[in-house]
Amino acid sequence: MYSMVTTAIARGLESVYVQVEADVSDGMPVFEMVGFLSSEVKEARERVRTALHSCGFKIPVKRITVNLSPADVRKSGSGFDLPIAVAVLAALGEVDGKFLEGSLVVGEISLNGKVQPIHGILPVVAKAKESGIKRCIIPYCNQAEAKLISGIEIWAVEDLRELTAYLRGKPYVEKEPVSENKAGQNKPEPDFCEINGQNSVKRACEVAVAGMHNFLMIGPPGSGKTMLAKRIPGILPPMTEQEQMEVSEIYSISGMFPQDGAFINQRPFRNPHHTISPNGLSGGGMVPKPGEISLAHNGVLFLDELPEYKKSTLEILRQPMEDKQITLVRQAGTYRYPSDFMLVAAMNPCKCGFYPDRSRCVCREADVARYLGRVSKPLLDRIDICVETPLLCYEELTDGCKKSQNETSETIRNRVMAAMERQRRRFRQKEISHNSQIPSKDIETYCRLREEQNQYMKEIYQKMELSARGYYKILKTARTIADLDDSEEILLNHLNEAVCYRMQDKKYWE
Amino acid sequence: MEDKRKYQYWMKCIPGIGNKKLRKLVEYCGSAQEVYGLGEQELKNVEGLRPCDVRAILESRERFDPEKEARVLEETGVSMITLEEEEFPERLRHLADCPYALFYKGDLPKEEEKTAAIVGARMCSSYGRAAALDLGEKLAACNVSVVSGMAFGIDSFGHWGALRGGGKTYAVLGCGADVCYPGGGRELYEQIWKNGGILSEYPPHTRPAAAQFPARNRLISALSDVVIVVEARKKSGSLITADFALEQGKDIYAVPGRMDDVQSAGCNELIRQGSGIITSCESLLEELGLAADKSEGKENFIKNLLEKEEALVYSCFDLQPKNMEELLKEVKIPAAAMADLLVRLQTKGLIEEYFKNHYRKK
Repeated sequence: MYSMVTTAIARGLESVYVQVEADVSDGMPVFEMVGFLSSEVKEARERVRTALHSCGFKIPVKRITVNLSPADVRKSGSGFDLPIAVAVLAALGEVDGKFLEGSLVVGEISLNGKVQPIHGILPVVAKAKESGIKRCIIPYCNQAEAKLISGIEIWAVEDLRELTAYLRGKPYVEKEPVSENKAGQNKPEPDFCEINGQNSVKRACEVAVAGMHNFLMIGPPGSGKTMLAKRIPGILPPMTEQEQMEVSEIYSISGMFPQDGAFINQRPFRNPHHTISPNGLSGGGMVPKPGEISLAHNGVLFLDELPEYKKSTLEILRQPMEDKQITLVRQAGTYRYPSDFMLVAAMNPCKCGFYPDRSRCVCREADVARYLGRVSKPLLDRIDICVETPLLCYEELTDGCKKSQNETSETIRNRVMAAMERQRRRFRQKEISHNSQIPSKDIETYCRLREEQNQYMKEIYQKMELSARGYYKILKTARTIADLDDSEEILLNHLNEAVCYRMQDKKYWE
Repeated sequence: MEDKRKYQYWMKCIPGIGNKKLRKLVEYCGSAQEVYGLGEQELKNVEGLRPCDVRAILESRERFDPEKEARVLEETGVSMITLEEEEFPERLRHLADCPYALFYKGDLPKEEEKTAAIVGARMCSSYGRAAALDLGEKLAACNVSVVSGMAFGIDSFGHWGALRGGGKTYAVLGCGADVCYPGGGRELYEQIWKNGGILSEYPPHTRPAAAQFPARNRLISALSDVVIVVEARKKSGSLITADFALEQGKDIYAVPGRMDDVQSAGCNELIRQGSGIITSCESLLEELGLAADKSEGKENFIKNLLEKEEALVYSCFDLQPKNMEELLKEVKIPAAAMADLLVRLQTKGLIEEYFKNHYRKK
């Protein structure tokens, strides 16, 4: 007898349907599986056979053939166990095939028949809903995740016997979620008001976020670079539903979806250690998982100790930063993950960390230059704003400076959102959405200067020995500062402030 | 090239024969050319020469082709002068350990030229840098040439100051005069060459070696009328220069540091021991009997040019550099306004940003 069950595998953020066919016929008593299977799917044979046995089904002395089609898609992942088991049961006539029509089955099973959770439920269910599938049969532990997609019937099953009962006609009763639903009860985000002093850096953060400019902090160890970086997601505007969905899907296929089962509504903050490999950053593996740049999608990627990263690792950032997505080509197929993040980097000014404070710094000039020179230049070219984070003095650490006087992230965020609104209006019907993305050919259009400002920039250009690239960066930053100031025109003080945030000295970096 | 120069160059290059023995040989024979012609027996008669020295001379005479080797002087553009000549700097002649020969590019300091050495640490603070630049510039403006060692830090800034002041400056190197050491100082090297001279007692192509640097310090102090130590730690090469200056009977001045300041500990110690103290460039010039610069009122003039807020920020700058955060603490204005003002002051040429968000008065 023949049966067919629909299942799906996540491939990047897309999911691909796979049909599991089973046939039971006379012949040598073997359990044969075909269809371009990876080893974990081949192993499903043993799991399914033993699970069927332990759930009390008798496997007849017949030839069982399972085929996973289409044959040219490599089947990998652990979600095939349950559909194979169900297909075999249907072929044996143990369950009613009518329930399987229009259903999608995914899940892993253990030897005793328990259904185990799998990664990447969210994109699979989302796709199923889109393509008109009525019902998804999924592991109970993935219920919260799958329930985020409304308008599709979800059967969350704990064990194979239970599923068999439903497939024989027992009505499905909705189950309690795994844990208390804590949606909306997010742990409090770190706030800028917790940071004393550093007013110049805070302002630079605000400017950077308002135009989504990539951002570099230089400062001695312990000056609060990491602390500041952690607070940057908090002044980004709240994520739209679309953005939440994108982030949630990425976390779903990475197996990092929170158990409480709510869309991820806090912007991601990722700070990979500097020993990370290129694949760790870009995403990798035979079936590539999203890397740090995709996990930081719609959020902040923080690279601490920038010169310590291997050059080859940082080089891979270049293309995804331009395209806002990364394409990974593997034997098993082509995977596309989004990577639209704001880059925040931090570094010490020299090896010992105290330059230019010569009473503490023991590095020679040449050492300082060498240390700064270790950072990849193409990467620096993509960073618009650079500031110094100085060490705090005693009064700032203690009560000399009241915490309540510091601005909260909320206040800063409101200003940022207003500036972003201006940009949204400006770039309506354009491909770009933020000032940092203005291509050099359009600088003239968006960052038009009046005669007075033009003269001034000419003077600055010569005095500060700027390069063409440095000049464009200043104009883009000035555009954002003007937006924050709610001014359509770029004024002298906007230009000046932008010049102040330009990249570190030419002598080291250009 | 003159014949005698070739033999002088040969003599200078004999390994193991130092300045004292060279002087004895010349005294005995009259000139280098005659030393070259001396027989073994006669060499043995020269007082103070040990048998191994005689052997070294004979050996090098065999291996060394004066015609060919001396060509290196022409190739590198390095000039040579020896004790035998009148033009040899008089200031060095009296030195107990006077070099037999000097190699130089550019000029030698003239007899009547007033000179001052500016020496100090390679790793200097911003304060030391400002002091060295300022001293160099003001001295040069009073026609005092600056002598130093072209090392990174204070030495270089002393030279730069003199160049900025439009004066002459001389660098005494611990390597061949054609070798630019430190390599990063190429521009300075060229500038000194054009506006003064690069001096060395070592033949061209000599690589820098640790032992040669203290030795050149004695030439720096000998060539200078006064020695100014700008920033020196407790154990600093600059203090060697000061010791030489003391031996040679030169005046020593030190730029004071704050008490307990590690970077100026050597200077403060010099002052404690009785060296001159430099409380301002003007006071030094006065003490040296030079016309004081008429820069009085310059500050007020600058302040009149500035807008109120700019003047407020500008007045926070003294010799010590400041970073943006420190300035924000002194002048209570928003960070955005401060960034604006700082760049304005920069474009007006009053302050400079020497490291990211660290500023100092120009």
